[in-house]
Amino acid sequence: MWGKEMIIMLAEGTADTLYMTLMSTLFGYVLGLPMGILLAVTDKEGIRPNRLIYKVLDFVANLVRSIPFLILLILVIPLTKAIVGKSYGSSATVVPLVIAAAPFIARMVESSLKEVDRGVIEAAISMGAGNFQIIWKVMLAEARTSLLVGVTIAVGTILGYSAMAGVVGGGGLGDIAIRYGYYRYQTDVMLVTIIILVALVQILQGLGMLLSKKMDKRRV
Amino acid sequence: MEPIIKVEHLNKIFSSGTGEVVAADDISFSIDKGDIFGIIGLSGAGKSTLVRCLNLLERPTSGSIFIGKNNLLELSERELRMERRKIGMIFQHFNLLMQRNVLDNVCFPLEIAGMKKKEARERASKLLKTVGLKEKAKAYPAQLSGGQKQRVAIARVLAANPEILLCDEATSALDPQTTKSILSLLKDINEKYGITIVVITHEMSVVREICSHVAVLEEGKLVESGTVDEVFDSPKTEAARKLILNAGIQNK
Repeated sequence: MWGKEMIIMLAEGTADTLYMTLMSTLFGYVLGLPMGILLAVTDKEGIRPNRLIYKVLDFVANLVRSIPFLILLILVIPLTKAIVGKSYGSSATVVPLVIAAAPFIARMVESSLKEVDRGVIEAAISMGAGNFQIIWKVMLAEARTSLLVGVTIAVGTILGYSAMAGVVGGGGLGDIAIRYGYYRYQTDVMLVTIIILVALVQILQGLGMLLSKKMDKRRV
Repeated sequence: MEPIIKVEHLNKIFSSGTGEVVAADDISFSIDKGDIFGIIGLSGAGKSTLVRCLNLLERPTSGSIFIGKNNLLELSERELRMERRKIGMIFQHFNLLMQRNVLDNVCFPLEIAGMKKKEARERASKLLKTVGLKEKAKAYPAQLSGGQKQRVAIARVLAANPEILLCDEATSALDPQTTKSILSLLKDINEKYGITIVVITHEMSVVREICSHVAVLEEGKLVESGTVDEVFDSPKTEAARKLILNAGIQNK
């Protein structure tokens, strides 16, 4: 049973998983980064406090995060169909993954930006910097290592979530693990997928941490 | 002479859940161009609040703050940003950008003002020379001592060519030796560029060392002001006497 076909299937599964994870992380940040910035900026301690915007975003972020991913996956099928054209396969899984990941990413971005020393922001204000300059040149730039750690965490979490998509025929390693390991009792296949998943997370985590350490100029 | 800073009936009240704190209580004073003006008082007297009002980092509850002819409180957001470029500020904890090297920190206000990178770098290099840190251009703030960090902050502030420099406890985190060297740098800047300097401090020796004028704050009120010689030699109020006397004892 460990023929060529199985190896090709696992290779494809790995590629699918990576595709889903990276696409979801990318689009998750397309939505989550601006949302996180807005949360940090409109907070009452932020550079442009706005109670209404903060409360709305805060509510949305908590709402989406409180829906279990498995339920969300099924809940957004109509939306997935509208965007991707079908409700199964790797691309279709990206849609619910992005929806689940964006608020989570927004929260991480928010907390990274809030770590930036208030004094440095005040220094920029005192120099006559505008809000966009402060966001871009001070907050994002100073928080960059923390943001990168956030990306690493996001990638790892999304990778884990993507495996769940196997339940609805989402493709990738999770799909293989469920089809072979669970439905057909081929425990060895399941074990191999788990090993691959663990290896992927370790590699991505290691890379992210290495990069963020390299970029951090705060340590001598 | 026309004063460069004129504060009139400034009030600042902080409201919190438990009540109100009056941090500035009907404060009026003016500072002439080229002066080094000290504001002294015990901690909690409202010194920091007052100096932070001078560039509107803190918005007063009422009153007016004239910088030259402009009342800061009547400016639009854009106009205020432009006005702030003329008012530099340095801080107790330096507030440098930790992820930028020294040269790029000095370039920062020039970047904000839209200067070309090459031009900004050249100007920044010159200023680093002025503050005696030419060889540290590529270092990061984390690699510098406190005194060096404050020198970078001073170079950064000078980059924008300010008319006024606000110092919020700028030497309070430094040892006496370093304090002396930073003070003499400030004095040089004052003489060389004619920049008016406002110094907030709880260290009387700082005032003695560089200030021409001084104002004494007590519980949000400005109780006494004048030239340093007047106030230090014959303080008229109990608050001033206490501050100066205590400092005298500490020095001995």
